Amino acid sequence: MISAQLNLKSDKITEEKMKIKGMAAPAFLVAALFAANMAWAGKIVIKGSTTVLPIAQKVSEAYMKQNPSIKISISGGGSGNGMKALIDGSTDIADSSRFIKGKEVSLAVKNGIYPVPFAVAYDCIVPVVHPTNAIVNITMAQLKDIYMGKVKNWKELGGPDRPVVVISRDTSSGTYEVWHKKVMKKKRVYPGALLQASNGAVSQAVAKNKNAIGYIGIGYMSKDVKPLMVNRIVGSAATTLNGTYPISRPLFMFTPGWPKGEVLRFINFLINPEKGQKYVAEAGYVPLY
Amino acid sequence: MSKSSKTGKDRQNREQIIRFLFFGVALASITTLFLIALFLFVEGIPIFKEVSVSDFVFGEYWYPTDDPPDFGIFPLIIASIAVTVVSSAISIPLGVLTALYLAEGASARTREWFKPVVELLAALPSVVIGFFGMVIVAPVLQEILDIPTGLNLFNASLMLAFMSIPTICSLSEDAIFGVPGELKEASLALGATHWETISRVILPASISGICTAVILGMSRAMGETMVVLMVAGGATMIPTSLFDPVRPMPASIAAEMAEAPFQSEHYYALFAIAIILFLFTLAFNVIAEQFSHRYRQIGAATL
Repeated sequence: MISAQLNLKSDKITEEKMKIKGMAAPAFLVAALFAANMAWAGKIVIKGSTTVLPIAQKVSEAYMKQNPSIKISISGGGSGNGMKALIDGSTDIADSSRFIKGKEVSLAVKNGIYPVPFAVAYDCIVPVVHPTNAIVNITMAQLKDIYMGKVKNWKELGGPDRPVVVISRDTSSGTYEVWHKKVMKKKRVYPGALLQASNGAVSQAVAKNKNAIGYIGIGYMSKDVKPLMVNRIVGSAATTLNGTYPISRPLFMFTPGWPKGEVLRFINFLINPEKGQKYVAEAGYVPLY
Repeated sequence: MSKSSKTGKDRQNREQIIRFLFFGVALASITTLFLIALFLFVEGIPIFKEVSVSDFVFGEYWYPTDDPPDFGIFPLIIASIAVTVVSSAISIPLGVLTALYLAEGASARTREWFKPVVELLAALPSVVIGFFGMVIVAPVLQEILDIPTGLNLFNASLMLAFMSIPTICSLSEDAIFGVPGELKEASLALGATHWETISRVILPASISGICTAVILGMSRAMGETMVVLMVAGGATMIPTSLFDPVRPMPASIAAEMAEAPFQSEHYYALFAIAIILFLFTLAFNVIAEQFSHRYRQIGAATL
């Protein structure tokens, strides 16, 4: 379709060239520039992590509003699928909630693709309890025991004699993924944990239950729930960025080779604190700056 | 003469066309349903390459995203059956007795007002009922009964009962109201009291309709998604008490489908859950159909 349009343009140009000979050279130059521009405009394909998906969506919406000629197509599927797409060259940007693995790098290089990472945001998950709960600090080991079903009563943690109601997320969410990796060390959350399907629902359920403990992304923090310190460190943007808060991780976008053209412009937009990073905070994550 | 036969033919043609049109419409909706069922099986069957049917149905652990994953949905099936049974225990007496009152006890005026109100319950969107259960009923239950969480089997069953009462009541009432008047008159004429007439004549005469109503109501409770997702709690364990949190099959599908990678094992497993759920509700509907056909009361003759 693009080539058809180009043909049409060049036909017009030829007509004009015949009419005014003196103008021919500059007109041709304009046409050439236009053609080059057309080739760059078009689609950016983004695939990968569902955790990074909300960021990609929000930023893309804003970006497409400013650059109506660009079409960005975004799909989820998980970090692994994003990497697969990066390796076989079927995506311009691969979202990932983890760094690329050695095996994936060698596979990509074998295909002549050199993956380039860009940290785009940080993910920070905070354990929350009911506002009346007296506990202020919890250790990673205690959190793990609670979610493995070993701690059944708040008494064991120095709280009142009340049962602990454990609230977790659906296993396919990115938030669960962080929790599973950082807190559970890949051990299983016990089957008796309650399930809620979103950050908002966890917050709601914790706010309504004195016995409950849950975990939410820092962007979803509200006054209805009380955040806990983990290993005596307050979960915040500052402690996430200086690396002291334990339940956090950087989120990445990988490009096949150093990005060029539209992809470069998109990445620049995304990591600009005045532009893309605003939407990172809006999506519930910690911006880079 | 020839003109009139021509218009006769026109009329016949038109009849034919209208018939085909309606046949086409009916065929389209049936085909759609059939394709949905087909799609369900095509997307669900591949999981059985990974786990056997019996491990899937009777497996106790549901960890679809772990490495290695576990795809056991026994707790989910038990949860679905449990909420259906408990909600029926609430909704059947309430629904049927309300229907009896409306058909036999209430004055025409009360009936005129009451029935639409009961049916209005059916018009409440399930997400509203779920929200009500989550925000209002759960904290109250927890406070009064001093239980760990108000999001549990009992709360979900209560909300599901709300949703199936209109179905049960409305259909039962139709069945009871449809009992021929001469049966009732004959019974009263023989000296039976109103209660004796209801319990020995009217109920037996309308039992097939009531059974159909009950089973359709149960089938609704089993397939309901939003309510169980919001208020059942969602723990994947076999409940040991009425106040344990549970996760019925539809809740698991709704919570996990959005982010399960397309055509991954997890995705197939969720469709396989949907197959099991479909088989359950299909069985309910077949039973309901059986009841309404086999035990149908035709006039007064077969009583």
